[in-house]
Amino acid sequence: MKWSKVEEKIFVAIMICSTVVVLSSLALILGTVIWRGLPALNLAMLIQTPKGGYYLGKEGGILNAILGSLFLAGGATALALAISLPIALYLHFYAERSWHGEVVRLALDVLWGIPSIVYGAFAFTLMLWLGLRASLLGGIIALSLLELPIMTRGMDEAINMVHPLLKEASYSLGATRLETALKIVVRQSIPGLLTAVLLAFGRGIGDAASVLFTAGFTDHLPTSLFEPAASLPLAIFFQLSTPFPAVQDRAYASALVLTGIVLTLSLISRRLAGRLTEHVIR
Amino acid sequence: MLSDRKSDMSEPHIRMNDLNVWYGSYHILRHITADIPAQGITAIIGPSGCGKTTLLKSINRLLDEMEGTRVQGQIWLDGMNIYDNGVDVTEVRTRVGFLAPKPSPLPMSIYDNVAYGPRIHQHDHNSRGSKNQDLDRIVELNLRAAGLWEEVKDRLRSSASQLSTGQQQRLCLARALAVKPDVLLCDEPTSALDPIAAQKIEAQLRELKKERTIVVVTHMLRQARRMADHVIFLWMGELVEAGPAMQMFAKPRDGRTQAYLDGDIG
Repeated sequence: MKWSKVEEKIFVAIMICSTVVVLSSLALILGTVIWRGLPALNLAMLIQTPKGGYYLGKEGGILNAILGSLFLAGGATALALAISLPIALYLHFYAERSWHGEVVRLALDVLWGIPSIVYGAFAFTLMLWLGLRASLLGGIIALSLLELPIMTRGMDEAINMVHPLLKEASYSLGATRLETALKIVVRQSIPGLLTAVLLAFGRGIGDAASVLFTAGFTDHLPTSLFEPAASLPLAIFFQLSTPFPAVQDRAYASALVLTGIVLTLSLISRRLAGRLTEHVIR
Repeated sequence: MLSDRKSDMSEPHIRMNDLNVWYGSYHILRHITADIPAQGITAIIGPSGCGKTTLLKSINRLLDEMEGTRVQGQIWLDGMNIYDNGVDVTEVRTRVGFLAPKPSPLPMSIYDNVAYGPRIHQHDHNSRGSKNQDLDRIVELNLRAAGLWEEVKDRLRSSASQLSTGQQQRLCLARALAVKPDVLLCDEPTSALDPIAAQKIEAQLRELKKERTIVVVTHMLRQARRMADHVIFLWMGELVEAGPAMQMFAKPRDGRTQAYLDGDIG
């Protein structure tokens, strides 16, 4: 057999192996969560707050954490979006191939690699300086810092995929850079921008370390931006830390809820985006 | 030079004076001085890489958008040097439209593609009105001018990307016309099209030249012969010869023009 054929076979084998590894890890995680969590999951868990203090009891639910997580990650994603899109457009339209654009990209790549506990500690310092205590607002700030580099780099890549001819067409009609950016490039890159937002949201809602000091924890539902807010990752952490197997099973149920939220939001937003992407040039 | 002809009393529409363009350190256009008369079709011909597209894109300052490009010299458009400091580049591009070789529909409906230009300029022309009926009228008028109306009038709200390549190019033509340019620059406008679609574009341009100045870059000599009223021949970044098409094709003055027309070079 010719060497090039052997090469081909080796690479196909590697591809199959990597697919198996990725899919089986996903299946194992989901399997464990479903297998241990599903029996513990019940309606009370979804619609009640914890009884027995910090999830230690077997009664009550995790509604405080579900709502807390949605508010935290939703707020942080909105905040990060408000900052990311302008940065990504700036990088592309005003700092293209200039040294400060490259500096911003490098900084974002470094930020991406920073552990979330560091964001938590940084946001905590910021909050002390501002006179804030552990609160929903503090958590939103910390999570938005964590989401910012992920979202911005994702958007940057999506915008880079837009064909230069499309921009030229808009310029040649007398459009300014801003008009071209907002009316043409954003429209054309909506699928990629949405992926960036979802990626950042998923990362934000699943993060425990950055909200530990900043959002705090509570058994109550979040009612104000300045009150502490519970979150699903911390609920899972507390439940798993107890010595009671029945409560530990409730941790898996909480994880199942968290996975369900991310999956549902992802499906809904893709469905909604279908309408927005109707005119995208492929 | 075209303007030297005493019979032509009208001023040239576009006058290029000692135009030089560099890509980085590469001097791609050298000392171009030429006139483009009002109305009619002026064809810029020459072998590939001679700077035809660069010359074309310098006329509406699309070169500004390319990194590392430097322009020296003047281009006068109705008595205004478009490279003067303080000239509003979006105004230049509104007056000088551009049709790219490959159709590039915008990511929106057929209607919105044509309405895109008028919409972004509507705050400048409030007197002309920005009402929906006006926009409907503008869209219809320009789709007709581009010879596309009959084919799309029942599906104006569907995506521009669903049109065939030839229809997309005529849509791009309608879109360019909708901002009412005095000059239309066409960069090999039929090179991506099949012969029948190409014929339609050529026919529309011939119709449009009655009211507008049209500049066409083409590498197809036969197309230049069919369409052009005036010709500019470029060779290695230099202007070799410019003049009325009849004279250029029948009796070129320069040996290089003759050689190019005979197919000996290029």
